[in-house]
Amino acid sequence: MSFAHEPVYNNKAPIFPPLLLSAVPQFLFTLSQVVSFGKKMLWVDKYRPKTLDQAIVHQDIAQNLKKLVTEQDCPHLLFYGPSGSGKKTLIIALLRQVFGPGAEKVKVENRTWKVDAGSRTIDLELTTLSSANHVELSPSDVGFQDRYIVQEIIKEMAKNRPIDTKGKRGYKVLVLNEVDKLSREAQHSLRRTMEKYSASCRLILCCNSSSKVTEAIRSRCLNVRINAPTEEEIVKVLEFIGKKEGLQLPSGFAARIAEKSNRSLRRAILSFETCRVQQYPFTSNQVIPPMDWEEYVAEIASDIMKEQSPKRLFQVRGKLYELLINCIPPEIVLKRLLYELLKRLDVELKHEICHWAAYYVTLCIVLP
Amino acid sequence: MAPVLQSSQPWVEKYRPKQVKDVAHQDEVVRVLTNTLETTNCPHMLFYGPPGTGKTTTALAIAHQLFGPELYKSRVLELNASDDRGINVVRTKIKDFAAVAVGSGQRQGGYPCPPYKIIILDEADSMTEDAQACWIIEPLASRCAKFRFKPLSEEIMTSRISYICKEEGLNLDAEALSTLSSISQGDLRRAITYLQGAARLYGSSISSKDLISVAGVIPVEVVEAHFSACRSGDFDVANKEVNNIIAEGYPVSLFLSQLFDLVVEAEDISDEQKARICKHFGEADKCLVDGADEYLQLLNVTSHVMRALCNMPEEFHYDT
Repeated sequence: MSFAHEPVYNNKAPIFPPLLLSAVPQFLFTLSQVVSFGKKMLWVDKYRPKTLDQAIVHQDIAQNLKKLVTEQDCPHLLFYGPSGSGKKTLIIALLRQVFGPGAEKVKVENRTWKVDAGSRTIDLELTTLSSANHVELSPSDVGFQDRYIVQEIIKEMAKNRPIDTKGKRGYKVLVLNEVDKLSREAQHSLRRTMEKYSASCRLILCCNSSSKVTEAIRSRCLNVRINAPTEEEIVKVLEFIGKKEGLQLPSGFAARIAEKSNRSLRRAILSFETCRVQQYPFTSNQVIPPMDWEEYVAEIASDIMKEQSPKRLFQVRGKLYELLINCIPPEIVLKRLLYELLKRLDVELKHEICHWAAYYVTLCIVLP
Repeated sequence: MAPVLQSSQPWVEKYRPKQVKDVAHQDEVVRVLTNTLETTNCPHMLFYGPPGTGKTTTALAIAHQLFGPELYKSRVLELNASDDRGINVVRTKIKDFAAVAVGSGQRQGGYPCPPYKIIILDEADSMTEDAQACWIIEPLASRCAKFRFKPLSEEIMTSRISYICKEEGLNLDAEALSTLSSISQGDLRRAITYLQGAARLYGSSISSKDLISVAGVIPVEVVEAHFSACRSGDFDVANKEVNNIIAEGYPVSLFLSQLFDLVVEAEDISDEQKARICKHFGEADKCLVDGADEYLQLLNVTSHVMRALCNMPEEFHYDT
């Protein structure tokens, strides 16, 4: 079976199925920035606030960030918060605030480096997004060799100091995504780099859970917490987009999308657009299409509830494999399965099952 | 156009003590090192202690004071975790550096310049294991004079921060000062980073509330709401609370430590209950450090706290 949301976009442009956008958000998010040059833009990109002043949610944080950079200087920053809360949007807007519109002219490069690691040479390949003043990369993409990225490449970038047209010394910004996925060694390597080259380079770190970032790094940054927007805020954004697109929204429609979005603005806008493609004008009882994989997990949950036998276990096993084959991370499957089971179980079993969920999710971790 | 930097050094760097005697609160180390400066006789040293207590600062300061800026480059090798420190590096780089002897010292520009070199191995514990085995662990540790760096006490912290405030023209009241030293828990670097962040955001007069928001401390109400949900014994209520905490983006490790304070100080919980709860805090903390999912860990802890508070059995009894 296929999990892709098929003919949603009438084959006009290669668009990523919403399913993947939610499951593997960070990586594709960067790509979707790039795809946006096409004629058909996803609403998520089209209505992304370009400047700090345009922000609809997180206005207070945006204003604070603006104050932070008006003195022509900024500390190292660590943005953390759940996915779809607007971290990246704020970072892009912040870069624009610092460097002007030039920061939006990014080029994507697939660069390879040869790193000399004593006895052997290691080839590292990484996608970078760069403008004249900033470079963005996700060091964790190279897996367990991320240490070399930090030790060699980031240090190299941090050392070189940009000189502007008037010959004055400036600083450049390195945006590092998913720092929570960096190995311990890589994080250790990062901390002295942050101090040593602080005169010429500012780091903006971005992650989902700051618990996984070592204390040493957190204490060197100004931490910025980006909370998930509330459902009311999501409704406000959806109504704003509806107005811009000239759409008629039946009352309560935006609220229903917001409710299903799990407080992720990105997901809300994506499903809003999917609704638009599926049926317009909207009707007040229109079904908000759930994600395929979520329905599939719900199916697994009810399978488990119906019958507890070796035969059923075998069937469920097959279905779980199906999910893994389609690149849904096991952590997310487990979490969703827990969510579905919690809806159906007795109180006493709820405690038990969340214990085992926590236990098995720890087993998913690959320790270096 | 790249923005121009004025005096934009982070304050942590700007106010890093340049001389050994300026290092705060570490009297023992300072005494030994001042002695070193006079006699130019320097033992191997191993500094250890929590972050932000001045280990790197002390090492850099002593090197600078011994050799001065001119000879510093040729006499001091600074290796830290941002350099590749596999076994090869330790073998070649350090040995090459150490093998070349230096001529006996002629004093230059008023610096002692003793006839030896210094290697600063910063963050030695995060070197690869092979490299450490090369000469660290027991053999290394036993060849070094060990110095423990204590977490800074509140007075020292306050005096240092007041000094920086005066230099930077900031206005902090007594309450803000004590808040700052308590949230940074003896880590001066963290305190200074918070201070600079707050100064950028809120201008020259900073209240304790501003500091709390910069430091990202979780509001007490959130922790209390969660705790009372646990007391209620209703799983779904607690689950909702957990979902909210995750959506608000509060770091779970921080949340656990704040909840821990609340549990330990609560007077109506028996010691046995507290012990049951704390055991699970410990386990969850370990899992989080290993990189486990925050939501599931917090939910698990929540369920255990609830079971302890409501005297539910720890183990589930399966009907046979």
